[in-house]
Amino acid sequence: MNGTVIATAGLRKAYGAVRAVDGIDLDVRAGDVYGFLGANGSGKTTTVRMLLGLVLPTSGTVEVLGRPIPKAGREVLPRVGALIEGPAAYPHLSASANLSLMDAAGPGGARRGRRQRIAEVLDQVGLGGVGKRQVRGFSLGMRQRLGLAGALLRRPDLLILDEPTNGLDPQGIHEIRTLLLDLNRTGTTVFLSSHLLAEIEQLATRVGVLDRGRMVLQDDLATLTAPTGATVVRTPDPARAVRELGDRVLSADGERLVVRGSEPAEVNAVLVGAGVPVSGLALDRPTLEDVVLAAAAGSGDRVPVGTTVSGAAA
Amino acid sequence: MIGVELRKLFRRPRTWITIALLNALPVLVAVLLKVTDLAPRPGEGPAFLSAVLTNGTLYPLAALAIVLPLFLPIAVAVVAGDAVAGEAQGGTLRYLLARPAGRTRLLVAKLVAVIAFVLVTVVIVAAVGYVVGTALFEVQSLGATTGISGTSLTPEQVAGRTLLSIGYITVSMLGVAAFALFFSTLTDSPQLATLGALAVLIGSSLLFTLDAASDIAPYLPTRYWLSFVDFFREPILWRNITRGLGLQAVYVVVLLGAAWANFTTKDVTS
Repeated sequence: MNGTVIATAGLRKAYGAVRAVDGIDLDVRAGDVYGFLGANGSGKTTTVRMLLGLVLPTSGTVEVLGRPIPKAGREVLPRVGALIEGPAAYPHLSASANLSLMDAAGPGGARRGRRQRIAEVLDQVGLGGVGKRQVRGFSLGMRQRLGLAGALLRRPDLLILDEPTNGLDPQGIHEIRTLLLDLNRTGTTVFLSSHLLAEIEQLATRVGVLDRGRMVLQDDLATLTAPTGATVVRTPDPARAVRELGDRVLSADGERLVVRGSEPAEVNAVLVGAGVPVSGLALDRPTLEDVVLAAAAGSGDRVPVGTTVSGAAA
Repeated sequence: MIGVELRKLFRRPRTWITIALLNALPVLVAVLLKVTDLAPRPGEGPAFLSAVLTNGTLYPLAALAIVLPLFLPIAVAVVAGDAVAGEAQGGTLRYLLARPAGRTRLLVAKLVAVIAFVLVTVVIVAAVGYVVGTALFEVQSLGATTGISGTSLTPEQVAGRTLLSIGYITVSMLGVAAFALFFSTLTDSPQLATLGALAVLIGSSLLFTLDAASDIAPYLPTRYWLSFVDFFREPILWRNITRGLGLQAVYVVVLLGAAWANFTTKDVTS
């Protein structure tokens, strides 16, 4: 697979005067782990729903796997696995009965081998031992795993996952992260919508940031967090270090100095040569949080008096 | 898709509890009749009930007449009201549509499942009625049975016309089902959809008793429900039966059209 997996052009969704999604151009390429970031209410969920044909755009176009949505949904969506705003299942049925019904409800899930596929995905998400149990008794984390199993059932080319680690404990989060990276390595494109920066930073190769319905940023994670050309130095004697380095010091904050120069070894040599103790040394890179906070205006669910809401209704 | 919906419906405990409850009232009535031997006089009480003491094979019809005005339509409204709104409330609607089940397909499958529910329920009520009726009351093994207008019907005729009644009652319930299914596409609350359909039903029943509403009476969805008794006249009085079928057909076509138009163009945000 190569080329573009998700492409939207001028995608817009208005609910009355409220513009939930305001002209976004998504560009997700084959093999990406795409992190779709945004505060609560920034329009992430509405966008995800438009990608899957659940919400119909006010204007603009959506293409998934090269075909228009919702028009070619019947052809494209069987190749897409999705987790949309939390898992859902029929509580009185077992985990495997739920998967079986969902699989039979649409095209592209052959009855032959279905039992085998269900056993495999349940095993993959760590529910192999409870496949026969009613979902009624499942914990939130188990339901989340079941939802993920449903998304993986037809070995999709594209996974669209909305907050996939919601409700999981730290071990569970680690397990799911490993699973997603494994799938990505074998060719699955992953579109990950989340408001958890740390999660995106650990998984994503590309990042898009949504702020009040607008895309404010879309780039490779490596580019966004590329070294700034400065070096971060930690020293127990910052005063002497500043004296030695002179105007190369860009900023000083306690024992932490940011020094011009993209060669930590060179900075280290200067300081050690002058007898200044150095306790830490690293290339200066912005964190994803720095990048996002610089690009996005503020929390989506914070509405001060006197502002007009233009990007509510997630 | 239809198979999926049927499996969902009939593997759900609630479906069978509803059917069991629906059978409780006719069974209770039969037991009371047997114990007290006090049948209503002809023309009083639910249809056919006056005749069952002398002929138990009419009890399936009495049982249907007992559940027809309220119990059966409530059960239908609950199941049909839950059809789409229940999936929306449970969150499974978004997964079905993203699967993709196809909106029109899903709606058709839901409709077929509701019709299957009505048919199964009516048949079970009739069957339980037959078992209870023949066990508790006399069965005239030979010769003619008394029809509703004092005419005579052979046991074969009674059996055939009971089957016709089962079909007619099933069709009569489709109007309610169509109302509930339409409301079910409008809201994410199955209770609201069910209550909406029941409100239509109660409104219709009330208007039917009102002289001032006699001009619109022929168009009320409940107007011809009890016309299945006309199968037991000799000859069969077809006039109201055909009108009843036609009226239900109009309600079903119009409401399903509206349900389809709404459901295929709406944003699924549940």
